[in-house]
Amino acid sequence: MTIDRNARILSVESWGDYYLFTIESPAVGGEARPGQFVMVKVSSSPFPLLRRPLSIHSAGPVGIELFFKIAGPGTEILAGKKAGDPIDILGPLGKGFTVPASLDGKKAFLVGGGRGIAPLYFLGRELKAAGAEVTVLYGGRCQRDIPLRHKFEVAQLPLLCSTDDGSFGFEGMVTELLGRELGRSPADLLYVCGPDPMMKATAQTVRAAGIPAEFSLESMMGCGIGACWGCVHRIRDGSGDGWVKICEEGPVFPGDRIVWTD
Amino acid sequence: MTDLTMDLGFMTLKNPVLAASGTFGYGLEFEPYVGLGQLGGLVVKGLYFNPREGNRPPRLVETPSGLINAIGLQGVGVKAFAEKVLPRLRDLDTAVVVNVCGDDDDEYVAVVEFLDRQDGIAAYELNISCPNVKKEGLCPALFAEPTFALVKRVKSVSRRPVITKLSPNVTDIAEVAQAAEEAGTDAISLVNTFLAMAIDIETRRPRLANIFGGLSGPAIRPLAVRMVYQVASRVKVPVIGMGGIMTGADALEFLIAGASAVQVGTANFVDPDAAVRITSEIAGWCQAHGVARVRDIVGTVRAA
Repeated sequence: MTIDRNARILSVESWGDYYLFTIESPAVGGEARPGQFVMVKVSSSPFPLLRRPLSIHSAGPVGIELFFKIAGPGTEILAGKKAGDPIDILGPLGKGFTVPASLDGKKAFLVGGGRGIAPLYFLGRELKAAGAEVTVLYGGRCQRDIPLRHKFEVAQLPLLCSTDDGSFGFEGMVTELLGRELGRSPADLLYVCGPDPMMKATAQTVRAAGIPAEFSLESMMGCGIGACWGCVHRIRDGSGDGWVKICEEGPVFPGDRIVWTD
Repeated sequence: MTDLTMDLGFMTLKNPVLAASGTFGYGLEFEPYVGLGQLGGLVVKGLYFNPREGNRPPRLVETPSGLINAIGLQGVGVKAFAEKVLPRLRDLDTAVVVNVCGDDDDEYVAVVEFLDRQDGIAAYELNISCPNVKKEGLCPALFAEPTFALVKRVKSVSRRPVITKLSPNVTDIAEVAQAAEEAGTDAISLVNTFLAMAIDIETRRPRLANIFGGLSGPAIRPLAVRMVYQVASRVKVPVIGMGGIMTGADALEFLIAGASAVQVGTANFVDPDAAVRITSEIAGWCQAHGVARVRDIVGTVRAA
């Protein structure tokens, strides 16, 4: 956990509203685990005031990659940054996905919707290195919403795509694609990140199938470090349920602990 | 070297910058980022006697140069605080102030009586001004009479100094400040957040589940400076100013308006080390302006 004010953007790629930044930050990259996030300062002026939480797309000794979509004024300013620009990032933060040490031959499904694919690339590579047989399910409304396909191909992570309009891959929602795949061959582990309705639907599917699953929750955050108590979600523990900070105890939670509300 | 110490009468701060309640967790959350011993003080998140669940999300909405929150004072309660947090704060070389909450006057007294039996607390900040726990922001600090009655009762039991934190959601804040002073408060801190609202025009629903929240951040700073100036010119007890302080220059505005110390709030969310940076910026300004002791600039605002 570092405030890295000396981080620097090495390269920028973009596809429509989607952006991939490669950022030099040994301090953050060296520590990061799949599912963790950083808080990015988008502006030094008081508007927008707050940092933006972005999950880590990949990490290594040199730094990190961030994949995001323009979703408001903050990410719009961020998208205007260029290779060579300095960037102020705080992280790595939160508790990431569970990657068991040995996964020989275990089948893992990674289900990502839209920008929710961001942490699953990092996770997929780690799971594969631990011996898991990984399949990535990547869904979006149309072909433009699933721009990262080539990265999974290069990393030799088997990829199945879905689009709501059928413009690429399976026609329908990624949760339907998941249902079809689980019908063909059961999975041992499941990891999910995407919009709330998609995760809620996935939670129902995997509960019915009895597969252990982890979900990465998304929320607007005030601080990202557990100080403001703004980013809570209803989470079960031994004694009942309560509002739990996504930034500190999450963003990743086991499916059986998450209480899905409207 | 500028002398940054500030004597409030009932306690001496190593510098005039404290971390504000509700923006600094229980302090420990910031250990990875900032030397807590470098702070003038830290005011921990508001404590009720029992653990408290807080409000339904969404709890936050960002607005121009500001943030509206309706957390609802979710917290661990005094017992968990005393067992798990206080032992780790006790050894810090900084003033630990506990923000005290209550659903009624009896609960404020119960919290103070419990904490009075614990070591390692410099003072209490009486949170009579949170807008997010009762309907439409109702709280004792909206009126002089309940403020007077509560401060008087707490002062009659407390073995520690009491700072009364005021609400800006009033017509005449100096009147409430005077009521707290007459009731014996040792200091006054202001301002808590401004009661606020934001609406999603697509869904036509309030952006916060609680409908209303409290606005903080640079958006409120000129309002807060005005209120600090009004209060400082009417009371004799020390005033601790806050409201959207992001830089040393912002903090100096409050000191010159009459605050003997300041609290840094929302800035902690953006930069966890903001309070320490602000302190060094104050020191830098003092050096550049030949001010040997920071206390010499308190209340030095000149005629327009």
